Amino acid sequence: MMNPGMELDLGWVQKTTINLPAVERRAATLRTRRTVKKSWQAAWLLRAVTCIDLTTLSGDDTSSNVSRLCYKAKHPIRDDLLKAMGMEDAGIEVGAVCVYSSRVPEAIKYLKQAGGSSIPVASVATGFPAGQTPLETRVEEIRRAIKMGAREIDIVISRTKALQGDWQGVYDEIKVCKEACGADVHMKTILGTGDLGTLTNVYKASLVAMMAGSDFIKTSTGKEGVNATLPVGLVMVRAIRDYYHKTGVKVGFKPAGGIRSAKDSCTWLALMKEELGDEWMKNDLFRIGASSLLTDIERQLYHFVYGRYAAAHQLPLA
Amino acid sequence: MAASVSVPERKSEVKRIFENMEYGPAPEASNVAKAWLQQHDNALGHFIGGKWVKPENRKTYDTCSPATGEVLASTTQGEEEDVNNAVSCAKEAFKSWSQLPPHSRARYLYAIARNVQKHHRLIAVMEALDNGKSIRETRDCDIPLVARHFYHHAGWAQLSDTEMRGWKPIGVVGAIVPWNFPLMLLTWKVCPALAMGNTVVLKPATFTRLSALLFAEICHEAGLPPGVFNVVTGNGAFGSKLAMHPDVDKVAFTGSTPVGQTLRRLTAGTGKKLSLELGGKSPVIVMENADLDSTVEGIVDAIYFNQGQVCSAGSKLIVQENIYDDLIARLKERMSHFRLGHSLDKGIDVGAVVSKQQLATITEFVEEAKVEGAEVFHAPVPVPQTGLFYPPTLITKVQTVSRVVREEIFGPVLVALPFRTAKEAQSIGNNTNYGLAASVWSDHLPTALELAISIKAGSVWVNCHNLFDAAAGFGGYRESGFGRDGGKEGLFEYVRPAWEERPRPECKEIDVKSFGSTFGGSIIPAPGQGQPTANDVQQNGIRLPKVDHTYKVYYGGAQKRPDGCYSRPIYAINKQIAAYVGDSNRKDVRNAVEAAHKAAPGWGKRAAHNRAQIVYYMAENLEMRRSEVANRLTQLTGESLESSMREVDLSIQRLFYWGAYADKFGGSVQETQLYGCTVCIREPVGVIGIACPDQNPLLAFVSLFAPAVIRANCVVIIPSERHPIPALDFYQVFDTSDLPGGVVNILSGGRDHVTKYLVEHQNVEAMWYFGSAEGSKFVEHSSAENVKRTWVNYGIQRDWSDPDQGQGEEFLYHATQCKNIWMPMGVTYAN
Repeated sequence: MMNPGMELDLGWVQKTTINLPAVERRAATLRTRRTVKKSWQAAWLLRAVTCIDLTTLSGDDTSSNVSRLCYKAKHPIRDDLLKAMGMEDAGIEVGAVCVYSSRVPEAIKYLKQAGGSSIPVASVATGFPAGQTPLETRVEEIRRAIKMGAREIDIVISRTKALQGDWQGVYDEIKVCKEACGADVHMKTILGTGDLGTLTNVYKASLVAMMAGSDFIKTSTGKEGVNATLPVGLVMVRAIRDYYHKTGVKVGFKPAGGIRSAKDSCTWLALMKEELGDEWMKNDLFRIGASSLLTDIERQLYHFVYGRYAAAHQLPLA
Repeated sequence: MAASVSVPERKSEVKRIFENMEYGPAPEASNVAKAWLQQHDNALGHFIGGKWVKPENRKTYDTCSPATGEVLASTTQGEEEDVNNAVSCAKEAFKSWSQLPPHSRARYLYAIARNVQKHHRLIAVMEALDNGKSIRETRDCDIPLVARHFYHHAGWAQLSDTEMRGWKPIGVVGAIVPWNFPLMLLTWKVCPALAMGNTVVLKPATFTRLSALLFAEICHEAGLPPGVFNVVTGNGAFGSKLAMHPDVDKVAFTGSTPVGQTLRRLTAGTGKKLSLELGGKSPVIVMENADLDSTVEGIVDAIYFNQGQVCSAGSKLIVQENIYDDLIARLKERMSHFRLGHSLDKGIDVGAVVSKQQLATITEFVEEAKVEGAEVFHAPVPVPQTGLFYPPTLITKVQTVSRVVREEIFGPVLVALPFRTAKEAQSIGNNTNYGLAASVWSDHLPTALELAISIKAGSVWVNCHNLFDAAAGFGGYRESGFGRDGGKEGLFEYVRPAWEERPRPECKEIDVKSFGSTFGGSIIPAPGQGQPTANDVQQNGIRLPKVDHTYKVYYGGAQKRPDGCYSRPIYAINKQIAAYVGDSNRKDVRNAVEAAHKAAPGWGKRAAHNRAQIVYYMAENLEMRRSEVANRLTQLTGESLESSMREVDLSIQRLFYWGAYADKFGGSVQETQLYGCTVCIREPVGVIGIACPDQNPLLAFVSLFAPAVIRANCVVIIPSERHPIPALDFYQVFDTSDLPGGVVNILSGGRDHVTKYLVEHQNVEAMWYFGSAEGSKFVEHSSAENVKRTWVNYGIQRDWSDPDQGQGEEFLYHATQCKNIWMPMGVTYAN
């Protein structure tokens, strides 16, 4: 379901405060309160795989590595492992492939070649990662990316406006982007949380992004100094919960950047389960932006199946 | 390629879990803990004098896992002989342990800390098994705090010569600890005791003996000399025997208020030191400007930690009315995510409660609330069918009159009440017999700090709850006990002044019901009992009778006729009647205490500078009357004029001494592990009753009221019964020194009679008594009723002119109580 958004409610945006030390305490015990072992761990890791936005966002991206990424997106886990777990027919593939807009056409091409046309291609847009380009060109990027076949758009908010407290400005820009995305393209809004200075700002930016119609809110571009940390995630999912209680609309969440270990992916899933509920553990409401994470998950699953730790060279490179 | 170990069941299992994303079991292995028990044939004795002792013909107690009912081991029900054995070992060990250089003791404590860490997992598993609490908590909270406590106190041992100069060890400490944090709480007693050079006999709680016994063996392996730390097991009566053993010099107790009161009465008048860390009904105060989601997590930490079996559990949630519904809704939603289960499951929030009795008590409290019409919300989560589980519970629609709001439940049960203003939050928060802890939730600094200061409790957490650290003392106000565990403030429970010997009073039996109750018992307040003093003056050769001087009682800043309108004769050294003074009764006590309470808030808010000014001013005014006061002293006591002059001069010095301390003992920053600030504030005790001795009637009076008053207490003071006049003369000094009315109130009369009503007054927070051994016993015994702090002399005189005895840290210790305020900080999480 798409988020229709709502009028900017500045009263709500302004009244909330977030207490960092208290949030950090909760985040710290989230890791220790919940753990999954054995079959549960395997199942959770497979679920995490389906939530991955398998990403490459580099200056040196070419068709070689994009192609490799797309094939891996379709075959994220070795067939023998899936078979051993009885999951060979479960359609285990990643949530999306995420690239710069210039790489969108080839991503679509290679996914098709790999038999993975069902996997959407997500394109970053709007002057990613800094967002420091004129609004017109940012919006134009969205239109072009969609034209080239992107089914999901990851935009960035103006941290300039957020830090200046111009929440109306932030709202208006996101709204324009949402209109450019139209009714069929999922829009994920990157808050650039590492730049926002306070968790209170993270909460405010989350609310404003949702009010403006974002279908997902996403932590980071992966280019800020600090990316997806649990305290930040906690504040964002609590904002999602508040928004849901107020509007009945479920907005998705995407932590991105810095999530590299299989254990981390389970912790993020547990965060979703604890703070939002099971519905938010599927890829229509939860994505993890990552590249190397998949390898670690595959290693863990190898161990689950064979009782031995795999060597890196035994797992197909992404 | 390695062979697949997958099996068909697992195949369908992964698929199913992939669909439903449930949690599964995550068991912690118990095999090592069980192997240790088997090493001891699953039958444990006492650990005395560095070895296992299993006396013949003892009853046993089977300790069980509350999560499953499984019997873990059989333990020994000790008898008196075992107490005697352990205490004599400890007494013997004290001789050398107390004489060790501080550095040696530091090494031993350090070694214990290291060894606890070496066996961290084993201890954590043992504790979880035996208590029912989750392995997550024992692993991440209990045991790390145990190690931290030993490291911290290894430091105090190292520094004891300098940091605790003027103090010495007490002797043998009898420690009695409860089942809720079995190892952690025993550590809180053992660390300061050993660091200060005492030896210990510990009795763990019946339900949870295993970790203490395991720990004793670990200490032994760490090289602790035999007899320094002994563990004996037995029932409650066995604990009393330990407390009453004549060679136990100090009893350190953590547990319920009723048991604490029993121990107070049992040890009354024996000269044993006592510290009590008792129950609580700690408020969680939520202001409208709090981060509500974080507050909800704080509430989880406050009341559902350790199944709510925490003396500092935040069991009374009080929420500003305008956010009440919102917060309750968020809390209920949060409660739907709890997981209950076996203590060794790594993925649970709430374990089993400790015993059937405890489960029954919790159930009874909640059922009673239901009958009263309260709304009871149980966490809508599966509760294991076997084992002693109670679901996390929230009770709303209750008010301050309900038992669930007033009494300690000691289970995962929270009551919630709304309030309107910060002022009202303070009133509801303080509307309790207890005063152990509180938390304040507000992102507004002035609000949070004012509430933290105004709540009467030993620990106040701002935007957090149930944080502990060895560097911050933990302990209560009011009926939550006295004494602190942890921090430098905690060390004073395990030392005595270097000049003082263990009092062993020869105390006659007393009847606590009738003691001191007869008015006019010591001296009849009537004329005709002696020769009046010559009573005339010469004016221009004409003989005139002196203008009559009337001594009244003094309270609320005014001279008052005693309620009974009786006056008692006071004799000079020549046996003539020097004067009649008011003979105070119960109602004078009532009025004086009321006056003191009226003055207390204003006096407490005065700047320390101002309190100092007033005391210096007293010195100034006393010196103006130096020879007059000295003459009077000589006339009354028969001391030489020179000696009396010295007493006056010393009194002036002492006023200066205490004036100096008015603004130099307010507290300190505690170096806990918190990122932020943990501040120890030395708050006044409140209204203190003081009974002065007969010797040095001026100096002792000044030495006692001044430290109390400069630390912002208000006092009701009974001057020397024999020589009250120097103190009564002093009220003219008070009146000319700008001392606000009600801060010092003087009730002349029979010491024990007035003492009786002071110590029995529920609104007097402490009693200092310098009189007879019997009176001391009476004071300690009666103080149990509202767990007053007491300071008594057991009939033993001290030399008030000696600075070691007549002033110093001991007085400050008695005049203050420590409140630790925890203030986490931080806004920076990224760039």
